Amino acid sequence: MHEGMGAPEAHWRAALANGTFLLQRAVSSGTVIFPPRVMEPGTGDMDLEWIEATGLGTIYSLTWVSQKPPAQPYNVAVIRLDEGAQLMSRVDGGTPETLQIGQRVRAKIATQDDGTPILLFDPAGH
Amino acid sequence: MELTAHAALLAVAEAGLRINAIDALFICQPDDFFAGLSFAEYLGLSPRFTDNNRTGGSAFMSHIITATMMLEAGYIDTALIAYGSNQRTNGGKLATSIKTSAWDAPYRPLFPLSSYALAAARHMHEFGTTREQLAEVAVAARQWANTNPEAFAKGPLSIEECVASRIISSPISVRDCCLVTDGAAAIVLTRTDRARDMPKAPVPILGAAAATWWNSIAQATDMTTTAAAESGPRAYNAAGVGPTDIQNVQLYDAFTINTILFLEDLGFCPKGEGGRFVSGGTIAPGGSLPVNTNGGGLSCCHPGMYGLFAIIEAARQIRGEAANQQGQVDVALAHGNGGTLSSQATVILGSVATL
Repeated sequence: MHEGMGAPEAHWRAALANGTFLLQRAVSSGTVIFPPRVMEPGTGDMDLEWIEATGLGTIYSLTWVSQKPPAQPYNVAVIRLDEGAQLMSRVDGGTPETLQIGQRVRAKIATQDDGTPILLFDPAGH
Repeated sequence: MELTAHAALLAVAEAGLRINAIDALFICQPDDFFAGLSFAEYLGLSPRFTDNNRTGGSAFMSHIITATMMLEAGYIDTALIAYGSNQRTNGGKLATSIKTSAWDAPYRPLFPLSSYALAAARHMHEFGTTREQLAEVAVAARQWANTNPEAFAKGPLSIEECVASRIISSPISVRDCCLVTDGAAAIVLTRTDRARDMPKAPVPILGAAAATWWNSIAQATDMTTTAAAESGPRAYNAAGVGPTDIQNVQLYDAFTINTILFLEDLGFCPKGEGGRFVSGGTIAPGGSLPVNTNGGGLSCCHPGMYGLFAIIEAARQIRGEAANQQGQVDVALAHGNGGTLSSQATVILGSVATL
């Protein structure tokens, strides 16, 4: 078993805290997996390896959550990573007018108010 | 629990039975982890089987699958399926202990609303569905509710009013959301031969099927197709009918996008055409396909989970006793949705004439 595959969630979070966005890949099928698991979903294959994500992806869907004024709406996005896996996140640096489904995005690691790291995205250059 | 007990007693009385005839209890209360045990105690039952599954609002359709198989196998003789919640008087917000997945929670999606908003946004992006088309669903539901004495939300509602209403999580606005009401519902299931001797006409279960594809909407590889595309065909197959045979359609409309997705996934129109299909009053009173003829979760009632109410409206249409009765109905469909478009279950009900 590759390192960190016994408790993959903790391994993933520790890597994120160290500034690295990891994904799992099933060695035999090549399928990339997120969220981290102890096996490839659907097959049960436990021969998984860690790869560093390119961080590049596309906005698959996007919603803006309204807040009580003066607070501005924030977005919740589903990002389809270039590696094939999907995750929920937020895309910084855009407005409901500028941010669109299909837009290219790049991952970044930010820090939440409680000090824990969080994976976010920025619009990627054209 | 009290509301649920009232509904249970009404259902048992309608079947011409006493409560002690119940030997299997199916229940899914929003706020009671051990509802199968506590409700059995409340009613004074010692059931041979209790089921308190947690697939969300589709739980009751899944209960029917389990109950019918157990009845057929002879393990049980009379099942009670019940639900109730007083969440309107008890705070007025969706009462739930369900939490967003740990992977999604840091991004603060509104549970469950933002997940449906993501599906709606993608449907608009792929198929050109509009907010006016979403509003058609809400307006049709209101028109049905206006002539249903049991419905909670009544009064005129226009497409323009829906589109102008406050956005909560784009593109979903206040008028795209189901109600938060109190309410309770219950049904009794037994074998058809026994049901024939009871006071009311039996409503046979012709077929039923469930499917689960994901929990978090973030893991949906095709966000515009739900597991109804699997549960529907399997239920049709079990019943030996198809979408064109269905005379009355009851869909769990937690949000307006649900109705559009399920009309597509259950074969009433092609994928992507749901928005155009509902335009011009197709599913409203007088339209070509009667959908949610009680007013649905959008305008009739929605006490946290609506699945059982969809089943009851379908059964009432078949018995000819619905508030908005649609002539003689021999085949009806009730579809339940659970989680965030995660769990889908379809039940096809018939009249005795279809046996």
